[in-house]
Amino acid sequence: MALSVDIEKRLGDFTLSVRFEAENECLALLGASGCGKSVTLRCIAGILTPDDGEIVLDGVTLFDSAANINLPPQKRNVGYLFQQYALFPNMTVRQNIAAAVRDKQRRKAVTEEKLRQFRLDEVADKRPGQISGGQQQRTALARILASEPKAILLDEPFSALDSYLKYQLEVELAETLEQFPGTVLWVSHDRGEVFRNCRRVCVLDQGKSQGTFTLRELFHEPVTEAAARLSGCKNYADAVPKGTSVFLPEWGLTLDCGKAVPADIHRIGIRAHHVTPAAQQAPGAFPCTVRRVVQDVFTTTVLLQPEGAAPDTPPLRMELDRESWYKMPDKGHIWVTIQPRDILLLK
Amino acid sequence: MDWYPLYNSLRIAAISTVAVFFLGIFAAYYIAKLPRLVKGVLDVVLTLPLVLPPTVVGWLLLCLLGPKRPLGAWVLETFGVKLVMTWWSAIFATVVVAFPLMYRTARGAFESFDHNLADAGRTLGRSNTWVFWRVQMPVCKQGILAGTVLSFARALGEYGATSMIAGYTPGRTATISTTVYQLWRTNDDAGALKWVLVNIAISAVFLLAVNLLETRHRQKGGGR
Repeated sequence: MALSVDIEKRLGDFTLSVRFEAENECLALLGASGCGKSVTLRCIAGILTPDDGEIVLDGVTLFDSAANINLPPQKRNVGYLFQQYALFPNMTVRQNIAAAVRDKQRRKAVTEEKLRQFRLDEVADKRPGQISGGQQQRTALARILASEPKAILLDEPFSALDSYLKYQLEVELAETLEQFPGTVLWVSHDRGEVFRNCRRVCVLDQGKSQGTFTLRELFHEPVTEAAARLSGCKNYADAVPKGTSVFLPEWGLTLDCGKAVPADIHRIGIRAHHVTPAAQQAPGAFPCTVRRVVQDVFTTTVLLQPEGAAPDTPPLRMELDRESWYKMPDKGHIWVTIQPRDILLLK
Repeated sequence: MDWYPLYNSLRIAAISTVAVFFLGIFAAYYIAKLPRLVKGVLDVVLTLPLVLPPTVVGWLLLCLLGPKRPLGAWVLETFGVKLVMTWWSAIFATVVVAFPLMYRTARGAFESFDHNLADAGRTLGRSNTWVFWRVQMPVCKQGILAGTVLSFARALGEYGATSMIAGYTPGRTATISTTVYQLWRTNDDAGALKWVLVNIAISAVFLLAVNLLETRHRQKGGGR
């Protein structure tokens, strides 16, 4: 076991309750903003103290409320990449990195090695305010690695950057982290970032951890609505299991699921791009009224009202590429279908 | 012209500035970490000398340090030293009135300090002392310097409490401010004017320094 976390912390009305275990891997902590991701990282780093629970890293207890153990951040050996990098503005890049090397004798050698490794030689004598965002991030990473941590915590590493720069840096960061032998915790609210860089995901919803999933479990077979929402699923409805299909009272629909539906299923989720136009009266298809059409950059989102739906129910969102929508003959009244395998059964 | 008042004023201001520098920073650093209620109460108590009339401060100091008061009597008995009516008695007064300026500016600087920097230092294995002297103080340098200069200027200009606790003895406890009062009282307008001009010149230089520091601070802040 590389890192095991099981903590509770109360902050006003908000209670954080997080539990997960990570091997020497890159584990994502995925949740909407304000769900307690940063607080979790701060508790692990020792900046905040949980009220209850236990944190163990590589067999060393960092925090244990029952045994009254609470190591200071200095003794935890945990590297923390802050959102804005937190580089010391009064020091040069070289001094920032040197500050992280504990061993005086090796300080110079390690600093020069990191400067070379992260291609920072040219800016070594500049201050953080004088270098680019990418160089700042490399400096922060070099500084963390110079402190030889057992685990690295990344707090929304790209929140401060625009999307073009972000993509470039993400590739660089992933390459650096691949070489790191310990645990990496990657906090993000961006499911794409998580999908590209991590294999397993711990889902956080309103301060509660919802369990740890593989990418496949989260994006193809999410089991809770919170997980489905974080994986980007847009349509939800109450469901009543009926053999191999589900009845959706809000939309007045019965959908075939292609397999027996367990009795504890109460909700279903349907991804917007899994709702597809169909021919009139096609098997499994149902008619809908178009309520609203929203043009996006490359896609079109259509808000549909199934014909059997009660008034004031949330619409069914359909997403398709602009071309396909443009070619639709009747844009006011259409038939759509949903493949049985695309219906997410949620508890 | 006897320059003793200038010399005396400068040394009193310099010594009290050194004292206030450490006291103010120490108070600002630790009080910022206290619970809100305690912080609020201490804040009021420590800032009071800024708004109280100097005579009130002087009276309170005499109550504490006077030769017949508990503390003053004890020091007189134990060390044979009188705490009032010597040249350095004025330091008590200047420390008390200048302290709030240092404390408040230092606290303002510490409050705008990005605590992620301190946390970063700590997660990298550096001690709190290292973080304070190597990161927090340099980052807050401008504000703390401005506070120091203001404290010095305030100490230099102290009159009310000083005249009560140190009195006016030419060549011994006379400062610029007490000298001006004495010369005016004895109808020596020409003498008073000289000291007035000296005082205005020194104060103007210090205020100019504060302004320069603040401008530099703003420019540096805007660049980031």
